[in-house]
Amino acid sequence: MGSGPREEFDNPVVEWIDSRLPIFTVLNKEYGVFPTPRNFNYFWNFGAISMFMLVTMILTGIFLAMHYTADTKLAFDSVERITRDVNGGWLLRNIHMNGASFFFIAVYIHMFRGLYYGSYKRPRELLWILGVIIFLLMMATAFIGYVLPWGQMSLWGATVITNLFSAIPFVGESIVQLLWGGFAVDNPTLTRFFALHYLLPFVIFAVVFLHVWALHVTGSNNPLGIEPKGPQDTLPFNPYYTYKDIFGLLVFMVVYAAFVFYMPDALGHPDNYIPANPLVTPAHIVPEWYFLPFYAILRAVTFNINLYMIAGLALLFVFIVEFVWRHNPKTLNKGQGALLLIIGGGLALFGIVCDANQGWEIPLTAAESAPISAKLGGVLAMFGSIFMLVILPWLDNHPIRSARFRPYFRIFVILFTASMFILGYAGSQAADKVYWSTCMGEASVCEAIAHGHNAHVEAGHEPTVIEFNNTMLAQAFTGFYFFFFLIALPLLSRFEKGRELPLSIHQAVLDKKHKAGA
Amino acid sequence: MYGRYLLLAGLLIGFSPVAQAAGDAPKPPTHEWSFNGPFGYYDKAAMQRGYKIYREVCASCHSMKHMYFRNLEALGYNENQIKNIASEYSVQDGPDDEGEMFDRPAKPSDGFPAPFANDKAAAYANDGAVPPDLSLITKARMNGPDYLYALMTGYQEPPHGADVVEGKHWNKYFPGHNISMAPPLSDDLIAYEDGSAQTVEQYSKDLVQFMMYAADPHMEARKKAGFRVILFLLVFAGIMYAVKKKIWAELH
Repeated sequence: MGSGPREEFDNPVVEWIDSRLPIFTVLNKEYGVFPTPRNFNYFWNFGAISMFMLVTMILTGIFLAMHYTADTKLAFDSVERITRDVNGGWLLRNIHMNGASFFFIAVYIHMFRGLYYGSYKRPRELLWILGVIIFLLMMATAFIGYVLPWGQMSLWGATVITNLFSAIPFVGESIVQLLWGGFAVDNPTLTRFFALHYLLPFVIFAVVFLHVWALHVTGSNNPLGIEPKGPQDTLPFNPYYTYKDIFGLLVFMVVYAAFVFYMPDALGHPDNYIPANPLVTPAHIVPEWYFLPFYAILRAVTFNINLYMIAGLALLFVFIVEFVWRHNPKTLNKGQGALLLIIGGGLALFGIVCDANQGWEIPLTAAESAPISAKLGGVLAMFGSIFMLVILPWLDNHPIRSARFRPYFRIFVILFTASMFILGYAGSQAADKVYWSTCMGEASVCEAIAHGHNAHVEAGHEPTVIEFNNTMLAQAFTGFYFFFFLIALPLLSRFEKGRELPLSIHQAVLDKKHKAGA
Repeated sequence: MYGRYLLLAGLLIGFSPVAQAAGDAPKPPTHEWSFNGPFGYYDKAAMQRGYKIYREVCASCHSMKHMYFRNLEALGYNENQIKNIASEYSVQDGPDDEGEMFDRPAKPSDGFPAPFANDKAAAYANDGAVPPDLSLITKARMNGPDYLYALMTGYQEPPHGADVVEGKHWNKYFPGHNISMAPPLSDDLIAYEDGSAQTVEQYSKDLVQFMMYAADPHMEARKKAGFRVILFLLVFAGIMYAVKKKIWAELH
């Protein structure tokens, strides 16, 4: 980095430093004259905005840590002390706790940008994967940070989420005890979480450095998704994008400031202003909003995955590999494919029905003997949903990057984005919330059920109640999530023709100007 | 599904978690409070009356551990008044030079004394229910100020067929409707010196002002700063937009 030939600086001090350590040359090369596609839209501001949020979180976090006490007896009061008596403490805390939300807002928009314009595609696969790692680290940091104020949601959120690791076979319990530093979420948990919450942001910073480094090797993608072909397609980063980024950042900050100063608690949960109490469980344990889609996926697996289902899913997977992913040559013919689909689907369906009807006592379907319990299944689904992002560059290998030139891909990306919002909503609601139900049977009995009374029903006359509840909503959209990645994207990359790409960025920009002028 | 985790967590902790009285309660009606909105402020006279209610009624069961007598300055009391109010209370201090703890009149730097020594004592004196600390009560409940007002004015005769647990009281807005606290306010319970109406509604409104201040003491400064910050950001953003446009205009 920066060890190539360099130009001399006029300023003797700058020249003295630069000839020994070429930081000015590097800065100028990477941020001054760095050739950047000239057609960015405002979606391209969110990388810089995310960087700003990271720095904001680290700075406010360091000052908060000077006043915070990581002890279960003192933590809640020390946070209150910060907001009441520390000079400017209320401002620091509001910036930090809302900053977490706005960091995620910026990063989610940044990720949507990457998805929509195909920024993850060759040669930017590693750049994208580093981004997914940053996202994972952010989730860990945010989760741990929410525990520190030691309110009711801190304690119970930590209890629910750390307990997930106990689903891992053989080592799960040990991992959970290691996380807790004991046999429950308690003082050792809080102290280690504080230490990790201070450490992880710097790890994020290091990965961000790699992310930016990788970006500066490949250069940025752009809304057209075609590579710049020469200097007429690019602009020096400074002043064109420095000023555009500053403007975009300021607009973002207006919205951020509106929350910090006018509704600082709007994104939090009131229960976290109740000191943690291990003897009282909150009526609803809800994670922070940015986890909700993944929380919905976690809760969507309410069934044990028995041997029939594993066999069925394995056959379906072979079918997907053979008929959805592989282009050619085929090793199986269509008849064999249909057989795989029918047997695989049948086995999976049989397994799930048997799991729901434990009374049938069909061999190998007992809930206790299922190799993957519902809990482990949920954890696998949740981590699997993030793993989909890691392998995204290979699931979608269509040669056209930008959704602008792929009408079907565009529809699916928009549907996928909408489904994330629906999953988020599902994650925020109680699992058994009923959206729609119908009762088939004797009118009087149905009436009683509708009013929540226990009706006396004669044997053989039980009404059939069909309902659509929140778990089903989460399951439907979890299904769509994996369908989108595992089936829709590979099929689209094989069969979508796409529109004709413009010849160059420069040409497209000029055409647009002419149209606007005419 | 998380019910299963909670059960497991409870077993690991060694206690069965007691689910909080979950139940439906109507959403409290919204009120126009002086502290609402971007230019919201606290009504000092109302806060003083609210503090009087806390002192004479609530404080017999509820602590406010994050409140100090010095905080009363924000209610409009001067230094001498605060010293006088504080000195009406006795707090334990020490150890003195002989190693003994001793009682002395409270000073402005002391916190509001708590009615009970600890949660066990509070529960013992209140049929097993611990009266919550009120410092943050309006932040710790959904729609805090409206909820508090609704709760204070929501004691009613139970509707026909409602289950009222022995020793509890029916409140329209309490989740599950069965609240341990007996109706704390009644008309003419507290004497006002400034001629304000001595009704449960007025008492409740005044109490909300005081409790909201206690939960969010820097609200006025926060909103004032917010106005200036956002104005600055908007102007700065406008200038940067103009600069950006100028720079980009030279491109062709």
